[in-house]
Formats: sequence, C-alpha cells, structure tokens
Amino acid sequence: MNDVSTKQDPRARELALAGALELSPSIEKHPVEIRPRYGHFIAGRWVEGRDEGVFETVNPATAKPLAQIAAADEAEVDAAVAAARKAYDEVWSKLSGLERGKYLFRIARRLQERAREFATLETTDNGKPIRETRDVDIPLVAAHFFYYAGWADKLEHAAAGRKVAPLGVAGQIIPWNFPLLMLAWKIAPALATGNTVVLKPAETTPLTAALFCDVLQEVGLPPGVVNIVNGAGETGAALVNHPGIDKIAFTGSTEVGRIIMRSIAGTKKKATMELGGKGANIVFADAALDQAVEGCVDGIFFNQGHVCCAGSRLLVEESIAEDFVARLRRRVSTLRIGDPLDKNTDVGAINSKDQHGMIDRYLDIAAQEGAKVWQGAACELPSTGYYHLPTILTGVQQTDTVVREEIFGPVLSVLTFRTPAEAIKKANDTEYGLACGVWSEKTSKLFRTAHALNCGVVWANGYNLFDPSSPFGGVRHSGFGREGGIAGLWPYMQEVAR
Amino acid sequence: MPLQCTESDIRRWRAASVDDMSVAARVARVRKRSIKTESKVRLLRLALSMVDLTTLEGADSPERVRGLCHKALRPHPPMPELPSCAAVCVYPTMVATARAVLGADSPVKLAAVATAFPSGQLPLALKVQEVRETVAAGADEIDMVINRGAFLSGDYARVFDEIVAIKDACGPAHLKVILETGELGTLDNVAAASRLAMAAGGDFIKTSTGKIQPAATLEVALVMFEAIREHFLETGVRVGMKPAGGIRSAKLALHYLALLAETLGADWMTNEWFRFGASSLVNDLLRQLLWRDEGYYQSPRRFSVD
Repeated sequence: MNDVSTKQDPRARELALAGALELSPSIEKHPVEIRPRYGHFIAGRWVEGRDEGVFETVNPATAKPLAQIAAADEAEVDAAVAAARKAYDEVWSKLSGLERGKYLFRIARRLQERAREFATLETTDNGKPIRETRDVDIPLVAAHFFYYAGWADKLEHAAAGRKVAPLGVAGQIIPWNFPLLMLAWKIAPALATGNTVVLKPAETTPLTAALFCDVLQEVGLPPGVVNIVNGAGETGAALVNHPGIDKIAFTGSTEVGRIIMRSIAGTKKKATMELGGKGANIVFADAALDQAVEGCVDGIFFNQGHVCCAGSRLLVEESIAEDFVARLRRRVSTLRIGDPLDKNTDVGAINSKDQHGMIDRYLDIAAQEGAKVWQGAACELPSTGYYHLPTILTGVQQTDTVVREEIFGPVLSVLTFRTPAEAIKKANDTEYGLACGVWSEKTSKLFRTAHALNCGVVWANGYNLFDPSSPFGGVRHSGFGREGGIAGLWPYMQEVAR
Repeated sequence: MPLQCTESDIRRWRAASVDDMSVAARVARVRKRSIKTESKVRLLRLALSMVDLTTLEGADSPERVRGLCHKALRPHPPMPELPSCAAVCVYPTMVATARAVLGADSPVKLAAVATAFPSGQLPLALKVQEVRETVAAGADEIDMVINRGAFLSGDYARVFDEIVAIKDACGPAHLKVILETGELGTLDNVAAASRLAMAAGGDFIKTSTGKIQPAATLEVALVMFEAIREHFLETGVRVGMKPAGGIRSAKLALHYLALLAETLGADWMTNEWFRFGASSLVNDLLRQLLWRDEGYYQSPRRFSVD
C-alpha cells in the first residue's frame, strides 16, 4: 500500500536504541555496616571462628574484598547443631504455633523496616542490580516470612484430619544467586513448623545472612533456634554428615546435590533438593510478541541469568523466528549493564571471578560447536569488576553443550520448532525439569502445552514470577520437594499418631 | 485515486494482539527509571521543547490565545536560553488570532483541532470543509479525531477513508490522528487503530482529545510506540506520537521520554517526532528546571498560569 518502502535502503531501517537514553549515575547510597570479619552465629551470639581457612567475600562490581569470613570446621558445626538441638528440646518445640508465628511476624516486619539496608548490602555482596534487590529480593523475603508466620498456628488445617510434628533440627545449605531470599525460603517454613535450623550461606555471599542475625537479636528469637555457620564445601559436608541433623534442605547445583544424597543415603535424614535447570520458553506464533520478548528477556537476563529456573532455552515457532530474534536483540540493546548500585542498572555483575570464567568457557564451547554469538547492551561494560554482556546464541541444536548444560549466566540459546508436538518434545529433551514458559494468546494451546511439559513450574504468558503461596521445585535432575505454599510445609513436618 | 485499504489490510490490523499484564509490567519498570542531575535537566529541556501548549475550552478568548502564544514562544522570559514550546494547539476559530501573534516564520508551530473535535460526530463533507478552512487560516498542523463509532462497529474501511480524505484536505499541513484511546476499550483496539491511522497517512498518532477519561497513559503510549516501530520497520516511514491529556507532572513526562527512547530510539527524541499535548505541564517543567539552578522549589505563583 505504501510504496516508500521500495525507495529506501532497508539497512537504514534500524532503530538507534543503544545509548538513546543517557542517564546520569543514580547511586543508592544507603549506609551499610560491614564488619572486617565474620565468624559464626551460634546459640544467639557471634563466635569468632578459627583463623585457619579464613576467606574473603568480594564485591563483584569492583573485585575488591569486603570482609574476612571464618570457615567452620566439624567442631564448630557440632556446636551449632548442639545449640539447635538444645533450643529445639527446651524452647521451640514447646512453644505454641501462635507464639512461633509471632516471632516470624516480627522478623518479617523488621525486614521490611530495614529493607533498604538489606537491599544495598545484598547488591554490594552479590553484584545483582539494586532495582532487583529493592523491588524483588527483599520484598519477597518479607512476604515469605509473613506467609509462613500465618501458617504457624494453622498446621492442623494444612494436614486435614492428621496430627503433625516437626522433624527436629534442619541443616540448610543455600546458594549465592538469591542469598537472603533462599535463606527466607529455608528458614521461614522450618521455624513455622517448629524446627530449629543450622544454615550455611554460600561462601561468596555471607553478608546478608549475617545482617539477618541482627534482626533475630532485635526480635528476641530464643538463642539457638537459628544458627548460621560460614564456610565452603567442607563446612557444608560437616553439616550434611552430622548425626544430629534430622533434615537436609539444599539449593544449589545438581552435582553437589548428588554428593549430598550419597552421603545421607541409609540415614534417617530427610531431604529436599532444589537443583539446576535448563528452562525453555516456548513462543508460539500467535503470542503477543512484544510481551513475549519482554518475558524472554526477563527469563534469562534477570539476575544476570543466575537463576536456577532461568529460561535459558528459547523455543520459537519457525515462522516467526527471524522476526522474534530481531525483536529480542532490539530489547537487549536497551539493557543497561553496570554498577549494580545504580538504580538504572538492568544487568549487574557476575557474582564471582570463577563464575565469570565458567560463562566464558561455555561461550568458547558454543563457538566451537558452531553457534552464532550475538551480544548487546545499551552501554559499554565497566572496566573493573566481573561483568558479562547479555548473549544470544543462534544456530544451536539439541545436542550442543550450551543447550544441554546449565550455564548460570546471561546466555540464551535459540532453537526453533514447527508444531506444538515438536516444541514439547524439545522442551522435555533435557535432564532437568524445573521451569518452562509458554507464550500464546490461545488458552487451549497454553493448557495443552503446559500439561505436557515435564517440569515443576510452568508459567503461561509470564516468566520468573514468584509468590510465597505458590510452590516451587523441580523434577528429574532439578531435584525434589517443594518450597512455598502449603506444599512447602510438608518437607518440614511428619505425621504422628493422634 | 485516493489511498484505499483492502480486506487483508484490515485483517492484519485486527490481528494485532497485546498482552495487557505484560504491558503494565513493562510500564512499571520504566517508571522505576531514576532520572537525575544532568540527564534530568537535558530531558526537562527536551520535554519543554516538545509541548503542544493547548487550550480547548468553550470559553477560550482571543486574549487567552494571545497569552498562550506568548508563553509558548518564551516559556519563562527570565531564562531566555530555554527552548520554546513545539506548538500551540487551539480551536479553528482561534487560528487567525494565534497566527497574528506567532507571525509567519514562528519557531512555534500552530496546531488546530478539527473534524468536529472532540466527538467527530459530523458528516465527512463538513469535516473536510472545516479542515480546509482551518489550514487556509494559517494552521501548520491539524489534530483530527477518528470516527470511533465506525471503528468500534468494525467498519474500519470507513475510518480509513475518512482519514485519507482529511489528509488530502490538509494539503501541506501535518496531520495528527487522535485515536481517543479512552473510548477504544482495549489495548488490542489501540494497536489496530494505530496501524490503521498510519496506513491511512497520518503523520502523527495521538492518544486523546483530553475530553475523555482515561486520556494518555504510559500503557497506551507503549502500544502506540510499538505500532510506530512496526510501521517504520515495514515501510521505512517514520510516524510521530503525541500523548495528550493528564500529563501534568515533569516526572511523568520524563518517564514518557524514557519509554520513547527505549522503544523507538534516539531518532524520535525530538519535537519533530514526539509531542506532549498539555498545558499545566509547562509550569512543572519550569519548576523542576529552576530547582536545579536555585536549590529550592518555586512557588507555583512564580509562573504565569498559561
């Protein structure tokens, strides 16, 4: 209808998106106190810990150390477990659900009051953007405590007609990608159901867990109900293998999950495992495309792609694939990479040098296996710190390493399909089974596809949406057990005779 | 032979589908953009240069229109370095008055609403005549309203033909097509109407008359930006965008610019391709600009009312 098109050079028809919005720095300056050294929080007070094995936690935005962290050995883990057992026997298991709930409500409120401090500290230690810690992580942390606070005196209703009891002492090991949020996912249901805990934060992100201990002291939580031990793999192993532990809750890699399952095999210990993933976003041609783009970008570039349920595979219907990838690239060209404390930063720093190196190794493999690599952003990368450009890989196939293995970084692999059956087959063609997304304006297609997907979570026309009332967890190599919702109570309860 | 649309064009416009929830989420994210210091001043000045300073009241008087023209030319005389507004926007009867004040080669364009604004409920022949007379009286730009009744009844061809006829009547004047998104009901309709209006030759698409609530919203603006982007990528033709009605605060205006920059890019960040239909917005832009210089917020009384 409009013949202007034939007269113009189609190459000129691209939008000048990168750099179109120049913004001055807008840095979050809320003061946070970081102590020079952290030990372990055992029986309600800090113990200094041994000098041997002390390690550093680093600000990934600058690559500079933030604090020294002591590593707990078997004796210190034993002290923490003993404190948890004592608190369980003498205090926590004797409290009514109503009283336990009061403590959880107090924790939730105090977290809200100190939200800005927690967000700033989390961003400093982890490298994720302040926009995310401020708007996602910390609000969800508080919401999780509020949600399980409400359950504490209603457990009989969660288990209709049955009598339930706590398990005892829970050993909990959490990852570095959502440090405080994973702590909340672990501690809130454990305390609500009447357990006491020994929790080990990730060695690269121990600071918000330490600040959380301040909150526990402020609300007067009885000593020993929550104990935090710092350290890396050896500390984790000491916790897992401790005979006084009744339950292990682990979030992290499938590899470590396997080690843990081997060590606790044949013991009375119960377990929940929330492991890796290789989520697929299935985009049908009848989707609202620009909104699907938004969801795919959020699915893989949220939190630098350090999300176990990240939508790291894009399965797009072949008829729209070229157009859709062009839209994706346009959107990625507007993402701002840089100082995580800048309120306008969309993609922050990779949490550690090791992880940064891992992502680069995967990109090398991708190139060797024939992938076409595209990277983009609205701005240049900062010269210091561990930053990585958002990356889109095309020309990849189901057999390729980057399509099969979890990269845990801002790397999206694009594959195509022609029919819903092919989409489902490809989405399920993975060892993992944590989360998938389906995009279509046709409801029947959404439901049919969602039911055929072999994973714990399916989002329809959305991705990475979390709520404490909604259970989360995987199947196959993504683990077992659920966190969140009523389902999240069961891993911390047992049925007992009435 | 006037431009015509085919059944397949209509099917294509109707096929536009938008997911409201995701649009709202995207907008919420843009509202989080923290625009401070130098970038704030730059965008405040840009926003000022993009305002179509508007008065559309039954009680408008020539004197009021003269005042509006002065304000558009020199928004705050103590700061002569500030840009002038993009245009004044008035009823057709006020065009000659405004032209007399602005002069022939004014940096401020003269826009007039026509086609039985705001309802559009007149026979087409009368709308065409109104547009011809308004352009003859000196209007640079015509802001027309689409026939919402025909659009909502599914008679897209009629809406299209009317826009084509008005565009023809405009001659050299630029045509802004008001979709009145507050009456279209869904974002799908906004997307379809945007595609239709651009295909029919509108130089700008505009959200609202300002007489209907809701007027402009960031959600509607995002859908229209995306339609403009599609049109540009398909045809190579740039179309402008004008949100109008309800944009009173500088902060909101800056968020429109952030959304514009992130959806259409740097080429649209000029008053050639983007306008704000507003009046009280100017004083808030001035307050914010003076705050940077003087360190405190001015009393609203520091600036003329319009």
